Amino acid sequence: MPTGTLQIKAISAHPGPVPGHGVQREEDVCKYIDVTTCIGCKACEVACVEWNDMPFQETRFDNTYQTMPATAWNYWNLIKFNEHARDDGSLMWLMRKDQCMHCEDPGCLRACPAEGAIVQYTNGIVDFQQENCIGCQYCVSGCPFDIPKFNSETKKVYKCTLCSDRVGQGLEPACIKACPTGCLKFGTKADMRALADARAQQLREHSGFANAGVYDPPSIGGTHVIYVLHDATHPEHYGGLPRNPVIPPTYTIWKSAAKPIGLLLALVAAPVAFFHYLMEGPKEPQP
Amino acid sequence: MNGAVERFDDSARRRVGAYGRTVVRENELLRHPVYTRVLHWTVAIFFILALLSGFAIYSPWLFRAITPLFGGGPTTRMLHPWFSLGFVIAFAFQILNWLAPMTWQPDDRRWMNNIREYVTNERPMEPEYVDFFNAGQKLYFWAIVASALLFLLTGLPMWFPRTFGRITVDIAYVLHDIAGLVMLVGFIVHIYEGTASQPGTFRAMTRGTVERRWAWTHHPAWYRRATGRDPRADYEQARQRAADRSS
Repeated sequence: MPTGTLQIKAISAHPGPVPGHGVQREEDVCKYIDVTTCIGCKACEVACVEWNDMPFQETRFDNTYQTMPATAWNYWNLIKFNEHARDDGSLMWLMRKDQCMHCEDPGCLRACPAEGAIVQYTNGIVDFQQENCIGCQYCVSGCPFDIPKFNSETKKVYKCTLCSDRVGQGLEPACIKACPTGCLKFGTKADMRALADARAQQLREHSGFANAGVYDPPSIGGTHVIYVLHDATHPEHYGGLPRNPVIPPTYTIWKSAAKPIGLLLALVAAPVAFFHYLMEGPKEPQP
Repeated sequence: MNGAVERFDDSARRRVGAYGRTVVRENELLRHPVYTRVLHWTVAIFFILALLSGFAIYSPWLFRAITPLFGGGPTTRMLHPWFSLGFVIAFAFQILNWLAPMTWQPDDRRWMNNIREYVTNERPMEPEYVDFFNAGQKLYFWAIVASALLFLLTGLPMWFPRTFGRITVDIAYVLHDIAGLVMLVGFIVHIYEGTASQPGTFRAMTRGTVERRWAWTHHPAWYRRATGRDPRADYEQARQRAADRSS
């Protein structure tokens, strides 16, 4: 595994520190998606399927410009389409490239009970390691974006890798390379964020989108995939992008606090029984 | 309803009992017939397998230590629901088998009120009203019934998350773990009470018999029913004989 750009930052269910963490200069990567210049051509979808060498699967026509209803275990990148009626009655075709958001605080990784099945690199990429996946699907309910998809044949969960294999070799992700309009860009988080802010400002000041803004939700520590939206106050118009994505408290509070405490309490029972025997002795049949 | 349960249980007891035997020697009483013993240990084996495989996934601290027992993480995950299903099915028969002796009686409240005396071994003999099971045993039994139900109801959504939806899974995950902790604590107490804490108890579940003096010490009312004799009088007699022998 390339370590230069893919230094691991967090490992699911791993006790103790991550080997080698903090010895390199950290440089977060980021995918920039400007939905305002996406034409819905699906080149990124094809590039994703081709680069990751996934079997083609049948599309499902639902009277929109969307390839299928949702991403699948072998279809990690989907342009979500929504015909949005504006207040003045005019229509907008909203195209949003849906894929893993590579959260800074990943709910999938928090929920995962299998050591090493999900890792987060220091560059921000959250990657599934299928050889360690046990197929419990906790990550599915831990994800605020409904991204991990289960393959019932291999009993493993799959999702977008942000082309960690390409990024590790200094290449941009396949979807970025395929994009013909330049609405997809790839670089450091700081650069992409600055670019997105500038583009949002341009939309606000010159294109009449007063609510234009950047989607980089702080509720999960920011994401390594950010959107420029015409209307950042209504992210749900863009194929159900959650306004305030959160990891279910069952995977934050319960797993980090209640579980160890509960386990400790349960384990107290054995010493209590042992010392009860020492102090009170057995109850013999009489006489 | 109760009549049907009793008829079913009686016939199961007879049929399974025909394949085995319980030897009752002098000064012994039949405590658990073959059918009950087979059920108990079937339940116990599935329980331990489900408990171990469950705790492997419960906490990252245990994952590495326990999953190799079952052939790694994926097989642990695959086997856990099947072990649990085995437990639930075997335990369902156990519930029918013990419905009558485990029924809560007015005297059980008295026992619970004086539980301190039981725990601290203040009284060497149980009160005369204690029948086949004492209130503590009944409490453990019904706690296991409740957590087994909780396990089943929350385990299914975790087994088939896509059928039940993620919110159900989120809630099920927590309740499933709480049921697991209740069972673990109860299980540890159960083993302690059945072995080191009360000598002469374990054989009730292996050979099926107990000594008469064990019976009048721990379950006097059952002793009275089983033998038609007075537990306290027999105890006094035995004490007298022992005193005579030693003098």
